Amino acid sequence: MAQPAQTPATQSEVGKDAGGHAAFPPFDSATFPSQLLWLAITFGALYYVMAKKALPAIGATIEQRRARIAKDIDEATAMQQKADAAAAAHQKSLTEARARAQSLARATRDQLAADADAKRQSVEAELAVKFAEAERQIAATRTQAMSQVSAIARDAAGAIVERLIGRAVTPAALDAALAAQKPNSSGEA
Amino acid sequence: MAGETGPAINPIEQFSLSPIVPIHIAGHDFSLTNSGLLMLIVVGLVSALMLFGARGGPGVPGRLQSLAEIAYEFIAGMLRSAAGEGGMRFFPLVFSIFMFVLLANLIGLLPYSFTVTSHLIVTAALALTVFLTVVVVGLKEHGLHFFKLFVPSDVPIYILPLVVAIEVFSFFVRPISHSVRLFANMLAGHITIYVFGSFVVMLLGAGVVLKAVSVLPFAMIIGLEALELLVAFLQAYVFAMLTCMYLNDALHPGGH
Repeated sequence: MAQPAQTPATQSEVGKDAGGHAAFPPFDSATFPSQLLWLAITFGALYYVMAKKALPAIGATIEQRRARIAKDIDEATAMQQKADAAAAAHQKSLTEARARAQSLARATRDQLAADADAKRQSVEAELAVKFAEAERQIAATRTQAMSQVSAIARDAAGAIVERLIGRAVTPAALDAALAAQKPNSSGEA
Repeated sequence: MAGETGPAINPIEQFSLSPIVPIHIAGHDFSLTNSGLLMLIVVGLVSALMLFGARGGPGVPGRLQSLAEIAYEFIAGMLRSAAGEGGMRFFPLVFSIFMFVLLANLIGLLPYSFTVTSHLIVTAALALTVFLTVVVVGLKEHGLHFFKLFVPSDVPIYILPLVVAIEVFSFFVRPISHSVRLFANMLAGHITIYVFGSFVVMLLGAGVVLKAVSVLPFAMIIGLEALELLVAFLQAYVFAMLTCMYLNDALHPGGH
């Protein structure tokens, strides 16, 4: 270094003020024992306090915080997964419920339609039966009525003939006469 | 130079020691000086910060606790990246060195204060502590393998003697460069600030016109003080960083 060369210069510059004690202070070996002693005391104390007390405590604190944060993050992740699972389950049950509701609605609709169909068909069948019955009855009534009409007509014809000829006509003769007339009379009736 | 009436300029005076409690043992001067007092203050402040910072528990840290933990993590990260996980047993040493040098540098910037690290004997003592730690731990851990440090593995045989000579030389120069770097930076910075400060005083003592000019060196002092603030941190960082790298040599002499 250039310091030793510089020292005489500063010394001459300083000379008057500093008097005899004019050595460049950082190189004044008279101060070395004192500086070394106090450095050893203070730095030793600092090392002791740092190594035994402060640094282990701070290291433990930082480690604890790191562990706590890691644990919290793990818990948060687990809860997130749980929430996701719950949301998925909810979504799934919602979809299922919707599907079930739709199928239920469709089933009900089909059921109702089928019921209505069946009822209509049974009613129609009943009506058809009744209709047929009524028609049959009408036909029977009409046949009966028609047969009675011819009996009445024969009786009336017998009475008329009896009145005209003055004597009773035998039923056999009446029937024969009516049978002879029948094609015409039945066509007109 | 100053006129006859101006104050004497002595940029070296700020580095002189003055005894506070005179102690003389066996013909040597062990007095508590301003340097020793500043060492006590530095150690007191660092201890107070770190002990208080250790008190907070694992919850959300307060300001001082944050500061203590940032310092812890900063040095731990530096040491871990330079010397690996095995280097962590030197953590208290590196941490103490960094905080001691940093606080000594910073407090030295206060006016009327004293810069402990501006004395070569102090920085040399710290550098030798590191150097001896490296040698002792290296020899204890690796025995003769420690000397592999001087023999790089992939060097041709015909230049090996030269390389080994250079390696040995650089190894033993380490404590010198390690200590002089910090010492010279502190010394030069404080001298520069003093010189510009005395310019201000001289100009104020001179004529009316020159009084106005004194603003210029004053502005320079502000800039220098900011620069010195950076240097104070940077030199503490460099000192601790080199300590980490040297310790790495003690732990892994082969991986050089």
